[in-house]
Amino acid sequence: MDRNQMNRQLANMRKALFDQGYLDEQFVQLEELQDDANPNFVEEVVTLFYRDSARLIQTMDQTLERNPLDFAKLDNNMHQFTGSCSSIGAKKVKHECSQFREYCRQRNGEGCRRTFQQMKKEYAILKKKLEVYFQYVRQVALLK
Amino acid sequence: MAVGDKMVDDCSSSAAPELHVLAVDDSLVDRKVIERLLKISCCKVTAVESGSRALQYLGLDGDKSNSVGFDALKVNLIVTDYSMPGMTGFELLKKIKESSKLKEIPVVVMSSENILTRIDRCLEEGAEDFLLKPVKLADVKRLTDFVLKGGVSKNDGACMNRKRKLLDDSSSSSADSVSLSSSSPLSSDSESSPRHSSTPHLISKRPRLSSS
Repeated sequence: MDRNQMNRQLANMRKALFDQGYLDEQFVQLEELQDDANPNFVEEVVTLFYRDSARLIQTMDQTLERNPLDFAKLDNNMHQFTGSCSSIGAKKVKHECSQFREYCRQRNGEGCRRTFQQMKKEYAILKKKLEVYFQYVRQVALLK
Repeated sequence: MAVGDKMVDDCSSSAAPELHVLAVDDSLVDRKVIERLLKISCCKVTAVESGSRALQYLGLDGDKSNSVGFDALKVNLIVTDYSMPGMTGFELLKKIKESSKLKEIPVVVMSSENILTRIDRCLEEGAEDFLLKPVKLADVKRLTDFVLKGGVSKNDGACMNRKRKLLDDSSSSSADSVSLSSSSPLSSDSESSPRHSSTPHLISKRPRLSSS
């Protein structure tokens, strides 16, 4: 594949992430912070996000296993997690987070647990998609 | 992919002095982002994870030996998250404004939650501005411009009413940013004629009225 084709493929990959609702405007904001001196800033932030949030997710998992559920704690943790999702533009994940918090407010344990599983799915899907995307970004960068 | 060809000012060519900003946020991700936003805006950044660490850095923790260090590392602007464990951004704001040594330093509060009473409280307590997270480059540029122009805390009642009105005005629009008239509280020249530039709205992020 020549450079033009790779660039087009990369652009398509990126566009799909937005069109399919995985990412929102905040991701673009992060891209605008990249330059020649910091060409991998977005990837660094995303990597940091996944590393940092793993612990929080584990805490929430454990909290969800207790009986009765500590909705205040769950909501508080999710508030924190939502903030990070927001900061990287993780649109679908953020949506699940909002749903979760709504269930917390309603004190709906079943809703919380169900939504949490859904969130983890979206979280994992995004991670994979971004891994593939950034790998391609790096490959294309090597061609320049 | 470096989309940064339309990069903002080359910091080395800027004639303006480098501002020193203290950023306070318990989120690792947000600290990394705000740090980058500030560096791109040609600021020197010190990022700390809590209000107590911020006070320590500012020499307000009662330890006399810090006072010399503080003078050498003068802070021009403090940007703090609101929701933090331990000391909240609001509590940090209060402590700074209660300090004769530090009260002149502009403090900006950031929050992911657009709660009017929260915003009011912060502005009343002396915050220069309240940013909705996630923070954008345009927000940071506005802040640094304000400080560079010698922006000084002038949170009087009229000023606060203007800020509040702007917030209400923008809530009727579905746009994220709305052009400001001259009533920007951060304008150091309160007599300026209405600006029709793309100056972002003071409190720039509104909840979207329709989800995309």
